[in-house]
Amino acid sequence: MIFFKKRRSRIGIYGPPNAGKTTLANIIARDWTGDAVGQVSEIPHETRRALRKKDISITGANGNVITIDIVDTPGVTTKIDYKEFLEYGLEKEQAIVRAREATEGVAEAMHWLREDIDGVIYMLDATQDPFLQVNIMMIGIIESRHLPVIIVANKIDLPDASPQRIRSAFPQHPVVPISCIDGENVEDLYEKMVSCFR
Amino acid sequence: MQGVQIDLISEERLENLTSMEKIRMILDKVREGTIVILERGLEPEEQSKLIEMTMREILPDDFNGIEMETYPSKEGGHLFARLLGKHPSTRLTVIGPANQLRMIRKDRDLISAWVSSGEPNAP
Repeated sequence: MIFFKKRRSRIGIYGPPNAGKTTLANIIARDWTGDAVGQVSEIPHETRRALRKKDISITGANGNVITIDIVDTPGVTTKIDYKEFLEYGLEKEQAIVRAREATEGVAEAMHWLREDIDGVIYMLDATQDPFLQVNIMMIGIIESRHLPVIIVANKIDLPDASPQRIRSAFPQHPVVPISCIDGENVEDLYEKMVSCFR
Repeated sequence: MQGVQIDLISEERLENLTSMEKIRMILDKVREGTIVILERGLEPEEQSKLIEMTMREILPDDFNGIEMETYPSKEGGHLFARLLGKHPSTRLTVIGPANQLRMIRKDRDLISAWVSSGEPNAP
């Protein structure tokens, strides 16, 4: 007899640079496995490789459990200029290397999305304009692949945050407002993940 | 005469190209400093590949990537259509070099852009 075992779902955390993707990946990994996924930084494109944390089991309030791999991806953009990194104090050579690695990372993230991702957490900075072309494009790409998606409105601890603006931009998807800094509403995200990614 | 070339590409011309031909044509033109306006935008899969290929072609002090804007889709506002899984058709799209094309304003029926001739310190 042949047994078919369904592989774990791979949930990609996507979004523009500096939305808090790696911070969220670390919170999820620490809460449910005790480990971290990657480093965080104020300099854009700190994550330049897709990082996978395997075997994360999340239990919902009703006892339902999902076991997933979390894939933390580089921030998606259509442009990268190494000169932006000079403003953060990097030397020119360091900035060029960082930019090259960032371009490779974004290309890799797009490839993952087309080939290896089963669901998406789309992470947005709630203080920024959600109608940016890159967000519209990415949500369109995710929808065209029929992937389940949860939109996370991060940084609600900041005074300019407007999760409602994000809800207006993407009314067809669940939006969970959270603060990765103080952990506000992270439990709500886990509940939504258990229901969406089963 | 100095200036910026703008190519307006009709839906009919785009229909006769494969996905890779479209992406290659767009990137070749944009890398030469041309602003490309597509009468009908790219499909999501093509947009994904355009981002990926753009990233692979970025070079320091040469090509920083692309700026791209499109009108929100006509059906995009209809929640019912989206809930039924209908994918909105793509609309007019403008693509240019990131160091030359800057979007000023975008509404449901208006894209306002600023185009420079490529000076590195353009506003």
